[in-house]
Amino acid sequence: MSLTSKLQEVLVCLRAGRVTLPYPAQSAPLPPRFRGRPIFDASKCIGCGGCASNCPAREILVYDVCQEIRILKYLGRRCTYCGRCADVCPEKAITMSHEFETATGTIGDIQQRLDLFMSTCQRCGRCFTEPSKLEELKLKGYRYDDLENERWIFRSQAYLEGQPVVDDIEIELD
Amino acid sequence: MLKSLCQKMFGRSLWVYHANSGGCNGCDIEVLNALTPYYDAERFGIRLVGSPRHADVMLCQGPAMRSTAKALQRAYEAMPAPKLVFAIGSCACGGGIWHDTYSVIGPLEKLLPVNYYVPGCPPRPEAIIYGVAVALGLVEKKSAPVQFKQMEYPVPRYHPQDLKEQDGIVVYEKLDTV
Repeated sequence: MSLTSKLQEVLVCLRAGRVTLPYPAQSAPLPPRFRGRPIFDASKCIGCGGCASNCPAREILVYDVCQEIRILKYLGRRCTYCGRCADVCPEKAITMSHEFETATGTIGDIQQRLDLFMSTCQRCGRCFTEPSKLEELKLKGYRYDDLENERWIFRSQAYLEGQPVVDDIEIELD
Repeated sequence: MLKSLCQKMFGRSLWVYHANSGGCNGCDIEVLNALTPYYDAERFGIRLVGSPRHADVMLCQGPAMRSTAKALQRAYEAMPAPKLVFAIGSCACGGGIWHDTYSVIGPLEKLLPVNYYVPGCPPRPEAIIYGVAVALGLVEKKSAPVQFKQMEYPVPRYHPQDLKEQDGIVVYEKLDTV
């Protein structure tokens, strides 16, 4: 309560300056690991549906119109931007962008829809039974291959001693 | 039409009432963060008021829930006539992660007429200010529905140059690369 403390306070206030960001005109830089709206790349997507079965908010819908065309729809209303779809995608067709300015008047504005061609047999032209979604995820996303011994290793090495823990999303125990 | 009406009616300032109908408080903190000196929403005349009778805008966080539905509707009816409702966060926009449980009715639009949506979990304070700026007509909205169509099959099904003919039948060879 002394005069010097008041003077110190004045100095602190003077040093602080102006902090208000001129937001709608110019935005502050985002943190590098910020996850915004997911963006789907139709040219890379193979239509496995792993994102749809892994979405915790159940916001990615997959349905087949006919034998050859599969429609993948991201609604985005209750998307929590957890990044699981991008993590699980075997072809890296989903990227978490830095877009956050998605405020709209109609909720349908945030949806994305992909029309995908599905593969058929090269010889007969008909569809064949593909590996299930779980198998496909095991095949590409969640597996460390042991190529020399030709076997699959399902256990993650992230928790072994001496190994640095990689990105926390990618940790998968068997 | 709504935009011109907004510009006419809310030209001076928006008084904001901040209603949580059962969210996790993340969006509440971001809304209050938007009022701090860093993001200073009072530049646009936005002021937080404690009673819905004083407010022009209701910022709703949290899904429409069974336990708070009546209270939320009463708060909405208490607001004077030109009123806007903002659904902030993915709970209010679409029902949230627990959209299909017993106590959650669903998105906020099942209870109130929602004018603007600010998705995010939680949305950044910039995103909330952006939503208010869209409502005020300061900026244009950026998002639009996106549709992609694959016009041709992305991976070639077979390589025509590798097809060989032997005795009147086509021989398909195993390819190293697709």
